Order: sequence, then C-alpha cells, then structure tokens
Amino acid sequence: MASDAIALTPARVASRPLVEVLHDWLITVDHKRLGLMYIGYALLFLIVAGIEAMIMRIQLIRPHNTFVSPETFNRMFTMHGTTMIFFVTMPVLFGFANYLVPLMIGARDMAFPRLNAWSFWMTAFGGMLLYFSFLGGSGLFGAGSAPDVGWFAYAPLTARAFSPGHSTDYWTLGLLVSGFGSIGTSINIVTTVLCMRCPGMTLGKMPLLVWMNMVMGGMVFFALGPLSAAQIMLIVDRYLGGHFFDTQAGGSAVLWMHFFWIFGHPEVYILVIPAFAFVSEIVPVFSRKAIFGYPVMVAATVAIGFVSFSVWAHHMFAVGMPSYGNAFFVLTTMLVAIPTGIKIFNWIGTMWGGKLRFATPMLFCLAFLFQFLIAGLTGIMLGAAPFNWQLTNSYFVVAHFHYVIVGGILFAVFGAFYYWFPKMTGRMLSETLGKWHFWLFVIGFHLTFDFMHIPGLLGMPRRIYTYEPGRGWESWNLIVSIGAVFQGVAILIFVYNLISSYLIGRDAGSDPWDAWTLEWSTASPPPAYNFAVVPTVRSRRPLWDVKHPEDPDWKYE
Amino acid sequence: MSTAPVMLTEANIQWRLPSRGRVGMLCLIAAETGIFSIFVVAYLFYIGKSVTGPMPADVLELPIFISVCLLSSSLTIHLAVKALSRGRLGVFQVWWFATIALGLIFLIGTAREWHRLLYEKGLTISTNLFGTTYYSLVGLHASHVTIGLVALSIVMTFALLGKVKPEHAERTEVLSLYWHFVDVVWIVVFTVVYIVGR
Repeated sequence: MASDAIALTPARVASRPLVEVLHDWLITVDHKRLGLMYIGYALLFLIVAGIEAMIMRIQLIRPHNTFVSPETFNRMFTMHGTTMIFFVTMPVLFGFANYLVPLMIGARDMAFPRLNAWSFWMTAFGGMLLYFSFLGGSGLFGAGSAPDVGWFAYAPLTARAFSPGHSTDYWTLGLLVSGFGSIGTSINIVTTVLCMRCPGMTLGKMPLLVWMNMVMGGMVFFALGPLSAAQIMLIVDRYLGGHFFDTQAGGSAVLWMHFFWIFGHPEVYILVIPAFAFVSEIVPVFSRKAIFGYPVMVAATVAIGFVSFSVWAHHMFAVGMPSYGNAFFVLTTMLVAIPTGIKIFNWIGTMWGGKLRFATPMLFCLAFLFQFLIAGLTGIMLGAAPFNWQLTNSYFVVAHFHYVIVGGILFAVFGAFYYWFPKMTGRMLSETLGKWHFWLFVIGFHLTFDFMHIPGLLGMPRRIYTYEPGRGWESWNLIVSIGAVFQGVAILIFVYNLISSYLIGRDAGSDPWDAWTLEWSTASPPPAYNFAVVPTVRSRRPLWDVKHPEDPDWKYE
Repeated sequence: MSTAPVMLTEANIQWRLPSRGRVGMLCLIAAETGIFSIFVVAYLFYIGKSVTGPMPADVLELPIFISVCLLSSSLTIHLAVKALSRGRLGVFQVWWFATIALGLIFLIGTAREWHRLLYEKGLTISTNLFGTTYYSLVGLHASHVTIGLVALSIVMTFALLGKVKPEHAERTEVLSLYWHFVDVVWIVVFTVVYIVGR
C-alpha cells in the first residue's frame, strides 16, 4: 500500500553544507537552540575554568611549590571564580530554563524570541571579553595578562594605581555586558511564564521548575541591576577619574563591598533556586509520587527570594560594622535556613514511601540533598558573626561555598543533564558511564571539599599561592589536590558520555522516564513548533491524567 | 512507557493572560529600578563627603522649568495613547509630538546646566565626590531620557508615514510605561540632588 511505502521510507533529509547549518544556529531565535547554545557555551567554559582550578591545585599540592608564579596564581583564582559564576553556572541554568520553561507550560517559544537571542549573544560576548584579557590585558605592547583582583574585585585593588593596564577593564566590561544579557533573559523568562501558559495552566498548576525559574528571574532584576550599577561606577572611576571608591578623595571602599554583595548573595540563590527546580522535578518522577507539599514549596521559594536580599553583609562581618548591623545580618542569615529546611523536608517527604528508582538523575539528586544539607550547616556556622571572625577569608569559607556550588548546584545540574538529555537529543545517556561519572565525582568531591575545611580550621588563608611546611597543612592539601584529579576524570567521562551517547546512544522515545510534565508529551527532540496542538491541562501532572484517565489528578487538587 | 507523542486537548476553557509587552516592560522597569537605586544610594551616602569644592549649595540651581516640562510630558503621552486607542490619529500625533518637544526641552535644559557647571563653576566628574555622583546620577537619568526620545521619535516617524493605527495603541502604551518611569525617576533624582543634597 502507498501509505506503507511512505512509512517505510526512512525520513532522511539531504545533508546540508556545514556553513548553512552554522548560519542557521547563528541567526536562530528558537528557544531550544538558544538553550542548547547556552548549555554548550557553559560546558566549554566549565572545561576552561576547571583547568584553572587544576593549575591552582597543582601549585598547592606541596609547600613551596613553583608550578606557577604568584602573579599567575592570582589570575587563576580570579578567572576561575568569575568564569564559574558568570560564564558556567548562570549560562547553564539559563540554558535549561530557556529550553524547558516554554515546553513545560505548553508554549511554542519564549515571549520575546529576538530578545532571547540578543541576551545569549551578550553573555557570549561578555565571556569573550573576559578571556580576551589574556591577550590584551596589558595593552598591545605588553605580553597580556588576565585580571588578578579576585572575583569580588574589592576596592582599592581595582583603582588605576594598583591595577594598571586593561585587565580589570576587561573584567568589568565582561561582567557588565553579560549582566545585561542576564537581565534580558530574565525579563524573557518571567514574561514567558506570566503570559504564555497554555489553557488551564493556572499559576497553581505550573510545574515547580517553572515556578522556581520565575522567582529566579525576578531576583535577577534586583541583583544584576545593582551589579551593573557598581560596574558602571567602576568604569567611571577608571576611565573618567571619578572618586566613587577612591578613599583619598573621600570615597569609600566599603561601599563597593556593599554594592557587590547586594548582588553577590542573592546571586547564590539565583544559582541554587534553579538547582532546587531540577531536584523538584526529578525526585517525584523517580519516587513515583507527586511532589510533597507543592504550595509550601512555592511559598518557601518566594520566601527565600525575599529574605536573600537582606543578608548580603554576612560577607562583611570582618569589615567592622556596628554591632546592631552584625546582629541584623546574623538573624536574617539564620532566617534563610527555615524555608530551605522546609524544602529539604519536602523532598524527603516526596521520597518517603515512594517506589524509588536509582537511575543516574536520581543518584545525583540524592547526593545533592545530602551535600546541600551540609553546605547549609557550614553556612549557618559562618553566618554566626563570632565564628565568622575566626574563619573569615580562610579555606573553611572556600570549602563552604564550593560545597554549595559544586556539591549542591553542580550535582543538580548533572542530574538535569541525565534527565533531560533524552528530550534534547532523542537519545539516552549511557547509564554505565553515568554511574562511573557519578561515583568518581562523588569520591573526588568529598576528597576535595570535605578535607578542604580542615586546613581552613587550621588557619590556612584563601588565595595564598604557597605556604610554609610544618603548619600541618601539607597532607590536607595533598588530599584536596588528589580529589581534584578524580573530579577531572569524572568530568571527562561525562563529556565522553555526552558525545558518544549523542552519536550512538539508545533511542529515547518521547517519554523514557514515564514522567508527568508537558515536555514529555512531544517528540524527542521536540519539533521547532514544540506542540502540534497547544495542549490544555487540568492538573499539575497533565501526563498522569492522560495515562490514568480512571484516576486523574484533577479530582484531588 | 509510550513512544508516540501524546496530545492533550480540551476545548472551552476561559483563558486570559496578561499582555506580553506590558509585563516585559514592567520587568525592565524593575531591573532599572535596581540600577537607579544603587546610584541614588551612592549619591545620598556621599552627600557632604567631598574633600574639596565646589559644593552643591554653591553651584546648583533648582531646575524648576525643565522639571515641569518633563513631568507634564507624562500627561501628554497619556493623552496621546488614549487618543490612539479611540482612533483619533490626528490628536495622537499632536500629543505625541508635544511629548517629544517637552522631553527635548528637558534635555536642552540639562545640557545648559552642565555647560554652566563645567565652564563657569569648574565642576567636572573628576573634580570631587559631588561631581562624580552628580554627573553619574543625572547623566544616567538623562541617558534614559535620550533613549526614550529616540524610541518616541521612531514612533513619530511611523505616525507621520501613516503606519500607526489604533490597533497599535497597546504598543504605544508599553512605551509610555517606560516614559512614566523615567519621569518618576526624575522626581527621585530631583528630590535627592536638588533638595536633600543642597
């Protein structure tokens, strides 16, 4: 029959010239392609910033090491921190948000597709500006140098007198430009969520991932805005001879600290709330239960969003604020523990009595739960001003925030990769390689960051390029550096898994995990228009309703 | 585990969503509020901290006339949008042009003030903290007025070419939101710079 012949003919499109394909990607305004570009761009910088971390760990592996010069070491920690925050974590989270939010709310694209493309290219350009400093940092006649002022670039280090050449200018311009990109993407995410939902999807029926990304977007406005303002002030100081942070003319270096951390602390939650979002989608599916306490999760997310804007000065206890200032910021910091604790209990409540499936996405989420809890507990320790005075600027602080960003956020992002890769490519990631990746990374992570707390407690300051033998720091630093090697190997396995599974992975089908949100109702990878017919939903788990018409969710919600 | 795409459809749900343009502009305004508030805080924090002159009380004069012009442009743009939504294109063009003219008067006034400060009073952005914070804050606002004027002029050009129709009323309203925001910021800047800071 004719229809059989049509069905049996393989759907092969004549391969087009590479230039044409690249041109398509360059001019695309499709949220899925832009999302993938964000993710690819972040992975590229993950490798770069990972190499920078490796260089630092090799330098610190034994006392009096001379692997790199002190100047290079300063550049490495500055570039590692700046890259990981602004050009790895933010883009990868924006990438997932871009890809998933329209699919999850049953929309065909973001609210402003061209703004979306503009935002991505701004972010990409910002990263290139930052890394161009390796060539142009000292001007054309110099050998070039990357910024070396630390990722929070305290004044007066950034003043012309202490930071000649252009390296700091590349840092500030790179952050300003990518900051505008982040604001653009966030405008897009919030508007998409509010204005593009499919019929029936009221705010109370949105998947938690969508809710949390909307809160994240709202936070970006009030966090990246101040950062952009502070960068403009720094540019005024450096180029026009302004005095914002010039203490000799009456300016204040502490004001920069306030401005930076008004951005800096909400930024942590901007990064971790999308990580919460991944966990909130993955844990229910792999526990075969609906999320426990949906309204409370939403309320806790919004609460974190608000409280996170009143805690910034806990980064500045050692500056010498008045005692009531310290007390205020200690109390608000402790307050964050309440909504965060609620979330952890809700995830445990979701798993409680569930039928757990220990696939790789779930493994990463379980590790996230455990590690994020510890990160939160050391956060409470550091949030207490007297304890903070003892350990400020020590390796304990470095261990704490890496526990949050690696142990919490990065693990959740890995979980998201294993969970949504089938949707993005139509192929499963290899479970075997995934398990190798997971266990090597868990071992490496704990070797590095568990043991990094101890030299901190023993008084090792952060950002030192070497240290004297005989202080009891040697063996801890050796273990930390060995852990970094494990993590590096795990990342290589992950990258290999991404590439090999993309080429020869098992066919995923549209719904490999038997999940419940709308993105699994369309083909993998989804067509450019996402949904042939705009879906209509009646509950928080629309696919459950379809799969179980005898017992749909909307009867109970 | 199904492999065929599942379709979910159901007709007849009452479904209204807010307008994209309005929500997007409100989000932009939120981010801009973040930027401006940091500059305002810096201005307030540095009042009276300059170690050399000139001081604000010596050189600043109240820009009453141009402030009235800028604030009344909020009214004219509102009237323009209203006229457009009622299909009165001629009235729309008149009020829209009035808005641009009032904005231009404001910018010219700012330019004259800056000229006076720079050439007669010797105050530049690098003279002292007052100069740094004053030119940054007022300049940031003036650059927003400029961007607004460019956008308004583009609409004016389209209007004169006969391309602006009543169905574009919502788009002009979105632009008017930005313009209202710029005006509200001026109220804050005026209070901070010319009343509190003088």
